[in-house]
Amino acid sequence: MKFGFYVGVVGIWELIALFHVWPPYILPSPVSVAQTLYYGFEDKSLLFGIGISMERLIIGYSIAIVLGVLLGLALGRVRYLEQSVGSAVLGLQTLPSITWLPAAILWFGLNQAAIIFVVFMGSFLSIAISTEAGVKHIPPLFIKNAGILGIKGWRLYWEVILPASLPSIITGMKLGWSFAWRSLMAGEMLFVNLGLGYLLQLGRDLNDMSLIFAVMVIIVAIGMIVDHLIFGLVEKAVKGRWGLLVEEH
Amino acid sequence: MINKGVIAELRDGVKKAVKGDRPAKPPKLHLRGISKAFRSVNGDTTLALQDINVKIREGEFVCIVGPSGCGKTTLLNIVAGLDRSGCGEVLCNGKRVKGPGMDRIVMFQESVLFPWLNVRNNIEIGLKSRGLSKGARRQKALDFLKLVHLSKFANAHPHELSGGMKQRVALARSLAMEPEVLLMDEPFTALDAQTRWILHYELQSIWEKTGKTILFVTHNLREAVCLADRVIVLSSRPGRIKQEYHIDLPRPRDDSSVEVAALATEIMGILRGEIEKVMKEELDEGSCKECDVKCVGAATDGRKLPAPVSPHGK
Repeated sequence: MKFGFYVGVVGIWELIALFHVWPPYILPSPVSVAQTLYYGFEDKSLLFGIGISMERLIIGYSIAIVLGVLLGLALGRVRYLEQSVGSAVLGLQTLPSITWLPAAILWFGLNQAAIIFVVFMGSFLSIAISTEAGVKHIPPLFIKNAGILGIKGWRLYWEVILPASLPSIITGMKLGWSFAWRSLMAGEMLFVNLGLGYLLQLGRDLNDMSLIFAVMVIIVAIGMIVDHLIFGLVEKAVKGRWGLLVEEH
Repeated sequence: MINKGVIAELRDGVKKAVKGDRPAKPPKLHLRGISKAFRSVNGDTTLALQDINVKIREGEFVCIVGPSGCGKTTLLNIVAGLDRSGCGEVLCNGKRVKGPGMDRIVMFQESVLFPWLNVRNNIEIGLKSRGLSKGARRQKALDFLKLVHLSKFANAHPHELSGGMKQRVALARSLAMEPEVLLMDEPFTALDAQTRWILHYELQSIWEKTGKTILFVTHNLREAVCLADRVIVLSSRPGRIKQEYHIDLPRPRDDSSVEVAALATEIMGILRGEIEKVMKEELDEGSCKECDVKCVGAATDGRKLPAPVSPHGK
């Protein structure tokens, strides 16, 4: 059903292109987009762009996971932190992370660090907020029981609080990932220096509509793979294990 | 039968020792003058427990029963170290209880198993605190799973188990910690009658096998009579010891047997007056808000408050 729908869409698109309803520099045909993708992978220019973008994403996102989870744990466990820092976190979360770019360029200079910072800011706070929510929703009996079983200090955090809030942390990571991915694309388009966003801008500069479409296809593909395959599977596994999965029919 | 003789001797021994200067061996668990007051939102002080004195011998199975709100769970929490008493103290093996400790493991109405761990690891996580090696932990977990007849489910996750099975795992986890005293807070209340019946049997046989000292809180009188050596009846708020029963019925007992039912009915006779008191208080307080202050005032009037009332009450 799904597959048939996409075949139909591409078919109609091809037909429109074939009859020259719009010129190719407005609407490239799917065949030319496919050709661009093919040559792009063959001469590795697209692969290079993907690699550069993913590198920035993974660095920024990883730092965001580590610091976000730590901040979330602190916010969830320490009341006076929650009352002071917590409100600031909620406030800053409303700031689209791309607005950090001008500041980041002045702080870090025109280099990789600036864009990694923007990616980091995109996901850091949402991961922290979800972690905090997860920590706060741990049944009090879990903590009580951990105390009775002599689980204290670091063991309490590592063996009880962290796993107990893992479902929320994963929700936050998923949300953080999509923020990070969007920030990265925006950042690369504004602050032109390699990467997929840069290839999009290049397509515009060269008036190469099929390149623009090809890069967009790649962006959608990566987004879907990570969202559905990686997060989908992890989320399902964790929720199943935690007994949170409601039977769906 | 030899066992009984020994227990009787022990009991006499304790009695004699108490009469003498110092007890030869301190009781496993000693609750000395426990009182507890709560401060409600409008500033009234409600006395929950008043001057509770209980001595529990090693290997004894004691049930505490009482009408709802009499403070049985509060009492258990104080023994567990999860709650502080206003005055009085709890001695476990002669040592004063200052907080939760692995010598007093609590089993709750819910099993409180960690859903991310399988059954075996749920038991092992506690054993880790005991500093056991990995192999020893594993072996011990399996041994205790065998004791509760759940060997087949060692690798299952809690969400795959029924309520009764979860409570058995919780029991295995508690016993594996090898506590001095096992504290049980209505552990079978949430289970269906059949499962409860089976677990009553199992708990009795496990208790006989392990010789654990058990303090068990319940509102179910048949359960209390079925399980305990001694049933302590608490009065309605403030909880005081109203009566004590020594249950000498042969084991294993069945909670639906005539003897158990007869004793439960006898205790019910004592408790009925207390339950009626609770109901009346609840109804009176609930019927009109204007007389609220008066009712509470009348109830607290003339009640001896233990001194000093704890300043650290929340």
